[in-house]
Amino acid sequence: MSYVKGLKCRECGREYPANILFVCEYCFGSIEVAYDYDKIKKVLTRQEIEKRPKNMWRYKELLPLSKEPSDGLTTGFTPLVRSHNLAKVLGVKELYIKDDSVNHPTLSFKDRVVAVALSKAKEFGFRTVACASTGNLANSVAANAAIAGLRAFIFIPADLEQGKIIASSIYNPVLVKVEGNYDEVNRLCSEIAAKYKWAFVNINIRPYYAEGSKTYGFEIAEQLGWRAPKHIIVPAAGGSLVTKIKKSLQEFYQLGLIPEFKTKLYVAQGEGCAPIVTAIKEDNEIIKPVKPKTIAKSLAIGNPADGFYAYDVVKKSGGWAEAASDDEIINAIKLLAETEGIFTETAGGVTVAATIKFIKEKRIPKDESIVICITGNGLKTQEVVADKLAKPLKIKPSLGSFEEEQKKRPTADHYSI
Amino acid sequence: MSIKVRIPAPLQKLTQNKVEVEVEAGNINELVDDLEKRFPGVKARICDENGKIRRFINFYVNNEDIRFLKGYDTELKNNDEVSIIPAIAGGSE
Repeated sequence: MSYVKGLKCRECGREYPANILFVCEYCFGSIEVAYDYDKIKKVLTRQEIEKRPKNMWRYKELLPLSKEPSDGLTTGFTPLVRSHNLAKVLGVKELYIKDDSVNHPTLSFKDRVVAVALSKAKEFGFRTVACASTGNLANSVAANAAIAGLRAFIFIPADLEQGKIIASSIYNPVLVKVEGNYDEVNRLCSEIAAKYKWAFVNINIRPYYAEGSKTYGFEIAEQLGWRAPKHIIVPAAGGSLVTKIKKSLQEFYQLGLIPEFKTKLYVAQGEGCAPIVTAIKEDNEIIKPVKPKTIAKSLAIGNPADGFYAYDVVKKSGGWAEAASDDEIINAIKLLAETEGIFTETAGGVTVAATIKFIKEKRIPKDESIVICITGNGLKTQEVVADKLAKPLKIKPSLGSFEEEQKKRPTADHYSI
Repeated sequence: MSIKVRIPAPLQKLTQNKVEVEVEAGNINELVDDLEKRFPGVKARICDENGKIRRFINFYVNNEDIRFLKGYDTELKNNDEVSIIPAIAGGSE
């Protein structure tokens, strides 16, 4: 049973049936899925959700399928970690980490959007799926297509981290390295998508695909005991995630699943690619594209598709934005690992580094609930930290050698920022 | 001054299904006006009710985003190629 009313242009409001459409045929605005919330309200209660299996499909009425989900059946419901060590370092009272670095099957939040995209692509009858990706989406499309028995074409910038390339190749898709940055890959893919009848998850399936991100926000609210936190810090590449977290809390509030919703939303980007941060800081709704230069390659999108909407959501919520330098990113990755035992990729380093700034700038008060979004896994971007870590002690297989070498290593100076 | 313009799919109904058309224009604003003269109805789709180009439509001159150039004042030369592309075709990881 479907609760989708149809598609709607975010700009001019024109309505369309729920077909394959990603740009308004009249004004070129972006397209969003519209739901029948009155109908959803009758079936979706806290009790009903809590009875269901612990994966992202426990909120299926708020996802845009016409049939039962067929993909990503083990995806989502990742830990919301109550932080004590990092909270102490930052001097804040109530801090949580929403940890999608352990999402299933490919260790990033992209498994959520791909679960929806592939289920939807099958409903439309596609046999081939494709994507333009900075790495995590590539991994997820490749793995989920393998599970589903679909053909996959994956387009990535040629300079991606080795871990992200191998974590796609292992599933044996057609992996295409394009000599160019992500924005160039994406433009090429728009042209390919116009010519080949494939399900490009982040192009022609995009309105459906993007809805999968809402489950990240639903889970935060449910895991906090059915309430919205006061502050959420979100990494931004194309800018979609922060808008979908906002939508998720809005929907929960509208359905009476959470009592109030006054969350301030913040975005974080790498200093060498921060078009959304710049727009927010300069209070200019025109997003100026940039040529990316940052170690946070998963966020290196110079021409963010949802940039304006991310700007708008952050501004209206009363939140803010910060960019992190490469050094700040690396230090933040190490800090999160040493305090909470979570090894995140560069995007997570960006988010933690930005959070430190928001707290130092007193934009986030120390006594309110804060959620940091960790969306990817550090094992995929090992090269950025490899040279920055303490070397292992090298010893002979004797007790004497151990005790000799061990003296040379001072106690690690943990927890300082 | 003859400029080649690549017409996006939703507008091709207004250009008699032509994917590429030629116009005379010295900058992007003039290009939109000349398109309207040749293919009435185009401007209402590209511009809002105040006649301003919609912020979610991007223009590329010889494959370069005009936001890296001089925006809507970007000068056009003979034989330049202009593409009109919805902003939503920008990146999403």
